[in-house]
Amino acid sequence: MLERVPQAGSVIDGFRLGECLHTGAQGQIFRVAAPEQGFPAVMKLPRIGPGEPAENLISFETEAMILPALSGPHVPRFVAAGDLAQTPYLVTEWIEGESLEARLRRAPLDVQEVARIGAAIADAVHGLHLQDAIHLDLKPDNVILKAGGEIALIDFGLAHHARYPDLLAEEKRFAAGSAPYVSPEQVLGTRSDPRSDIFALGVVLYEMATGALPFGLPATIAGLRDRLWMDPVPPRARRAELPRWLQEVILRCLDPHADERYQSAAHVAFDLRHPEQIALTVRAGKTGRAGLVGQARRWWRARGARPAPRPVPTVQVGTAPVIMVAVDTAHADDPRQAPLQRATARVISPSTDFRLVCVSVIRAAAVADGAGAAGSASETHLEHLVRLRHWVEPLRLPARRLSLHVLESPSPERALLEFARRNHVDLILLGAPSPAQHALAWWRSVASSVTANAHCSVYVVRVGSD
Amino acid sequence: MAIALLSDIHANLEALEACLKHARERGAARYAFLGDVVGYGADPQAAADTVRRYAAEGALAVQGNHDAAIGRSAGYLNDAARVSIDWTRKVLGAEHKAFLAALPLQRADGPLCFVHASCAHPERWEYVDSPAAARRSAEAAEAAYVFSGHVHEQVLYFESSEGRWSAFRPTPGRAVPVSRRRRWLAIVGSVGQPRDGRTAAAYALFDAAREELTFHRVAYDHLAAARKIRQAGLPEFHAYRVEHGV
Repeated sequence: MLERVPQAGSVIDGFRLGECLHTGAQGQIFRVAAPEQGFPAVMKLPRIGPGEPAENLISFETEAMILPALSGPHVPRFVAAGDLAQTPYLVTEWIEGESLEARLRRAPLDVQEVARIGAAIADAVHGLHLQDAIHLDLKPDNVILKAGGEIALIDFGLAHHARYPDLLAEEKRFAAGSAPYVSPEQVLGTRSDPRSDIFALGVVLYEMATGALPFGLPATIAGLRDRLWMDPVPPRARRAELPRWLQEVILRCLDPHADERYQSAAHVAFDLRHPEQIALTVRAGKTGRAGLVGQARRWWRARGARPAPRPVPTVQVGTAPVIMVAVDTAHADDPRQAPLQRATARVISPSTDFRLVCVSVIRAAAVADGAGAAGSASETHLEHLVRLRHWVEPLRLPARRLSLHVLESPSPERALLEFARRNHVDLILLGAPSPAQHALAWWRSVASSVTANAHCSVYVVRVGSD
Repeated sequence: MAIALLSDIHANLEALEACLKHARERGAARYAFLGDVVGYGADPQAAADTVRRYAAEGALAVQGNHDAAIGRSAGYLNDAARVSIDWTRKVLGAEHKAFLAALPLQRADGPLCFVHASCAHPERWEYVDSPAAARRSAEAAEAAYVFSGHVHEQVLYFESSEGRWSAFRPTPGRAVPVSRRRRWLAIVGSVGQPRDGRTAAAYALFDAAREELTFHRVAYDHLAAARKIRQAGLPEFHAYRVEHGV
């Protein structure tokens, strides 16, 4: 145990405490010097001892267990942890930036900013889910906006990691997260559903877009349970100038039934970056909350709701892959088109909630051939979009599974790779060089370059190979 | 220094050797055998011989219900198991019988406790198959860590907060931090007769210094082990279980 109250200047396990940045119910945060790390660091000290809730320490232990297992630009880097029995502390990277909580003082934010920040949070949440972790306490306080436009998530004290024992499993009330943001299934005691983070993201999007909280600030368990059946006031009813697509995204995140939400944060990020591709449903047009009968129906459906056991996050996210197919719309008669279509059909059929992203890369539309002197850049663009739609038509996919993109770039491989990385694509399908191109070395082809440099798996389709 | 925890070998020599090799390659410096060296499988003599040799070199070993049944009536066991025990009694040498009969039911070593079934009345061979049963065993053991077998499935039970126990299904090969501050009860799985639909042998490695526990699954020639059970004329069911991991 610490013998005295820590303060600036104290030395704990070789770390000299600097400025105290935060003092709260759960503990204190000090800057510390960690010169060998090459980045600024902070030390978190939990409030422990007689009279302090035991959950403080369990939550602290949870963070000390999970943080070292996480990596990537969206989480603070772990530096050191003290022995819990002796001197509990946690030293991590200090993320420089503005908290979303501070940014929200200017809420409502403009639509572009909501979409940009929302997509960046979805990126971070997806990155976490891909590591089999769930944050479970996503809220503006825990979102740091970094200078480069990326965001980082902090405070993993209520997080869940599928590969580690959940120390908070029995602390249901405490571990349910923050009242305005907590998902219905968390209210019921589930801590293993990654889609809980998608619900919380929906609350954050709602708050950014409207300046209000969709379920208010409930202070009781009964108040928390309301969100199991009550639908929020649609964002457009609070702020009429919001686009329908944003209401669609927000209300889909906020569905009380996790199966009706986005099944992967990657899909949320995708929609927020490509709003023109969103298939609008009845959600987009809602002008008010469900009527009395509707509310009663929702309430009835929520009665006795018991969340089912969940697959681990990586498995859950894996059921909702983003699959990208590169289509050469300039050569519609190419013999590779049919095998590529068949391969795409094979790949998408087993997955339950895929998103198929069809991409064609053309040279800058203004100079592309085929348009003729009278053709404008936008006509060329549209022409390729039409061909892309024609290409994918035989697969008979509903609009919500599909998006079509014509990219303009002098370098097809670079355009494909950048698009795939930016949109969390899980698998790229594309054709191998055609027989006519065999004179061209394989290693100079688009397929070889994409295969060599992609961040994900690549399926190269060859004529006559299927 | 890691300690390898092996339970429910059930006379499966192929599985035992594969796990021992796997553990050695991962730096196991000590070994603990958590009971049921024999029963079901076709190599009781070789399996008992291996465990006895390790015990002579300092390994810990406790008795399982099948081991205990060798030296007395096997009334506790079901018919197929009893056929196997009667056969084992015939093929096992006197020295090995004496070794198995003399094994203790429970061993303690500082904060570690080893038992085949439950530390709450080890002689009753109760199945620790719920957080409540794990809590009873751990409370009787009065140790930070209890390692046991009997239930042929890998589960880690832990005291999440004062008096409340939870179950965790570990991912094989992934180290789990197990802080000495709280209490843990690990069911290490079965070396010789896994029953979770996977044929790979199960065991665990505990690193006391790092406070880490890693559950492992080791692929081995399970078809050979099943073949030997059939060749020995033992019940088909035992061969089928090894062949399919059920």
